[in-house]
Amino acid sequence: MSIPTSTRVEPQQGPVVAHSGVRATMAEYLERVRGGDVGSLPALLGLVVLVAVFSALRPEQFTNAFNLANLINQSAAVIVIAMGLVFVLLLGEIDLSAGFTAGTGGAVMAILLTRQERPWWLAVVAGVLTGAVIGIFIGLLVARLGIPSFVVTLAAFLGLQGVLLELIGEGGSIPVRDDNLLALNNDTLPVWLGWAMVVAVVATYAFVSLRKAQRRRQTGLASTSMQVVVAKIVVLALLLGLATAYLSQERSRNVALTSIKGVPIVVVLLVGLLVGLNFVLGRTAFGRHVYAVGGNAEAARRAGINVQRVKLACFVISSSLAAVAGLLLASRDNGITPSTGGASTLLYAVGAAVIGGTSLFGGKGKVMDAVVGGLVIAVIINGMGLLNQPSSVVFMVTGAVLLVAASVDALSRKRAAATGRV
Amino acid sequence: MTTPGTAAANRPAPDPEPLLSLRGVDKSFGAVHVLQGVDFDAYPGQVTALVGDNGAGKSTLIKGIAGIHAFDGGEYLFDGAAVAVHNPKQANALGIEVVYQDLALCDNLDIVHNLFLGRELTRRGRLDEAEMEKRAAETLAGLSVRTVKSIRQTVSSLSGGQRQTVAIARSVLWNSKLVILDEPTAALGVAQTEQVLKLVRRLADKGLAVVLISHNLNDVFEVADRISVLYLGRMAAQVRASEVTRNQVVELITAGRSGEHGLTAADKLAAGPAATEER
Repeated sequence: MSIPTSTRVEPQQGPVVAHSGVRATMAEYLERVRGGDVGSLPALLGLVVLVAVFSALRPEQFTNAFNLANLINQSAAVIVIAMGLVFVLLLGEIDLSAGFTAGTGGAVMAILLTRQERPWWLAVVAGVLTGAVIGIFIGLLVARLGIPSFVVTLAAFLGLQGVLLELIGEGGSIPVRDDNLLALNNDTLPVWLGWAMVVAVVATYAFVSLRKAQRRRQTGLASTSMQVVVAKIVVLALLLGLATAYLSQERSRNVALTSIKGVPIVVVLLVGLLVGLNFVLGRTAFGRHVYAVGGNAEAARRAGINVQRVKLACFVISSSLAAVAGLLLASRDNGITPSTGGASTLLYAVGAAVIGGTSLFGGKGKVMDAVVGGLVIAVIINGMGLLNQPSSVVFMVTGAVLLVAASVDALSRKRAAATGRV
Repeated sequence: MTTPGTAAANRPAPDPEPLLSLRGVDKSFGAVHVLQGVDFDAYPGQVTALVGDNGAGKSTLIKGIAGIHAFDGGEYLFDGAAVAVHNPKQANALGIEVVYQDLALCDNLDIVHNLFLGRELTRRGRLDEAEMEKRAAETLAGLSVRTVKSIRQTVSSLSGGQRQTVAIARSVLWNSKLVILDEPTAALGVAQTEQVLKLVRRLADKGLAVVLISHNLNDVFEVADRISVLYLGRMAAQVRASEVTRNQVVELITAGRSGEHGLTAADKLAAGPAATEER
C-alpha cells in the first residue's frame, strides 16, 4: 500500500471541482436548488407573479413610475428593519422589539430636531445611537445572562412602547419639519445623479468580481469562467439601467405645478446598507463567525470564537438599523406618533426576512433576503390597496403569503436533509 | 499488502525521543485520586493507543495534556523541555490539538470554512477565500483525502467518516506536532472506520505524534505502534503493539496485570481504595 506524502495538489486529483462555462454554472445552481438550497428564489418568483397579477388587474394605477417610487418609499423602513433582523435571525434568535426601537430612535431624533432645534445631523446621530444603546442592553441580557431573546425582546417591546409614549407625551406627536430629513424618504435624486450611481455600482461590482476571479486564478484554483462573470455584470447593469430609466420618467400628476423624476433618495441608503452589510456578512471574519454561531454555537466556542461578543454585536447591529428605519418612518410620516413602529411594522419586517429566505432556525440567510421579502410585502399591501380591498383582506393575504414562505423554508429544509444539505 | 499496523511494527526499532513525556502526574478531584503517578509517552511518527476501562482516567489524562484542567503534580515534558500547560491556548501554542468525540463542526458552513473556523485568514481585513481554499485543498491532498467531492460543499452533506476526516484535517492544518483523537471511530460503520484509521496512520507517517483513545481493540491493533493501558488511575503498561496479544491487553485493561506486564500486587495496593471509585 502506498502512502503518498506529497502535499502538492495536482490540478486534476485534488478534491476541487473544476467548474467552468455558463452551462456548468447553471447546472450547478440547479443542482443546489434541487437539493433544497433555494435561497431567495421563491420570493423572487413570487414577486414576479405578484407584479404580473397586479399589472394585469390595475394596469393604469399599479404599473407606473409614480407607484414604483411610492412602493420603494413605503417599504424602505420595513426593509431596513428586516436587514437588521437578518443578523439576529442568523444566530437563531429573534428581536421582537425592533419596531418600537425604530419608534424610540425616531422620537429621540425628532425631539432634538423639533423641540431643541439642534442641527439635523446631530439629531440623526443621536437617534441611531439610541438604537445602539437599546441593542447593547438586549444583547447583554441575551448573551451574558442567557435569557431567551424571545423573552428579553418581548419585554423590550412592551417597555419601549412606554418609553415612546413618555418621550412624546400622551396623545401627542412630534412633527418633523427639517428639509434634510423630510427629503430622506420623500424626495428624489437629480436624474443625472441617479445614472451616476448606477455607473458607480456596476463599476464597483465589475471591479470586485473581476479581481476575485483574477485572484483565484493566481492562486491556482478552479475559477468561474469569464463568460459567467461578464454575464452577471451585464445582467446587473441591465436591471439597474432599466429601473433607473423607468424612474427617470416624469411622474408628476401636474407637471406645471411640480416635476417629480429620478431615483428616490432612500434608494441610495438602501443600496449602501445592502452593499455594506453584505460585505460584513460575506467577506469578514466577523460575518463568518455569525454564521458559525448560528450553525453550531458549541463548535464556534471550541474554535475559539467569542460567542457572547458575536451575539452582542448582532443585537447592536439589529437595533441600530431599526433606529435608522425610525428616521425613515419619521421622514415619511412627517413626524413621530406613539404608534410609529408599532402595529404590524415589526411583524412585516420579520415576515420580510423569512419570505426572502432567511431561516428562523439560524445559520442561513442573506441581507438581500430582507430587500426581496420587503418588496413582496410592499407589493401585496400596495396592490391590494389599489384593488380597493379592505384591510381585513390585506391582512389575510399577507398572512397567507408568510405561511407559504415559512412552508417553503420548512420543505426546503426537509429536502436539504434528505439530500444531505442544510 | 500488509496492514499499516504491522508495517509500522516491523520497522527496525531504535526508539525516537518521545515528543510528549509525562512523569508521575497526579490529578485529584476533591478526595478522588483520578490519576496517580502516571507516566505517559507519545513518540513522533507513531500512533500511541490509550486504552482502559470506563473510569480508568483516560479522559482526565488527555484533558490534562490539552490544558483543560492542569495536573496537580508531576512533570510535563514536551520536546525534551519541561513546560507548563494550564490552559488550552498554551497547549495549542505547543502544537497540541485534540479532536473530540462529538465533532465540533458547523453543519451550515462548507469544508474550507470549517477547517479555518476561528482562525480565518484575512487580507486587509477581508477573508482571503482563495488562500484558504488552496491551503485546505493542499492539506486534504496531503492526507490523501479523496472521498469528498468538493471542498466547497457544506459539512451537512458529508458522511460521518468524512466529517471525522474534516475534524482531523483541521487539527493538522496548524503545524501541529501532537494530535489526540478521542474515540474517532465510535460512531462509524465498517468502511468509514477503515477510512478514518488509514487517515490516523497517515498522520503518524507524516511525522506527527498521534494519541488514539479507543475502546475497540480491533482498531487499536490495526493502527497503533504502542499501547498504553490505564488501570484505575495508574499506568498499567506502556508496550509495543507487536509485543502483546489481544488477550494480554484485555487482561491489562480488566485486571491491570498480564504475565510480566502490568502493575504488581504492591502497586495495586498502593493505589488504595480511593482510586477504585468510579469517575
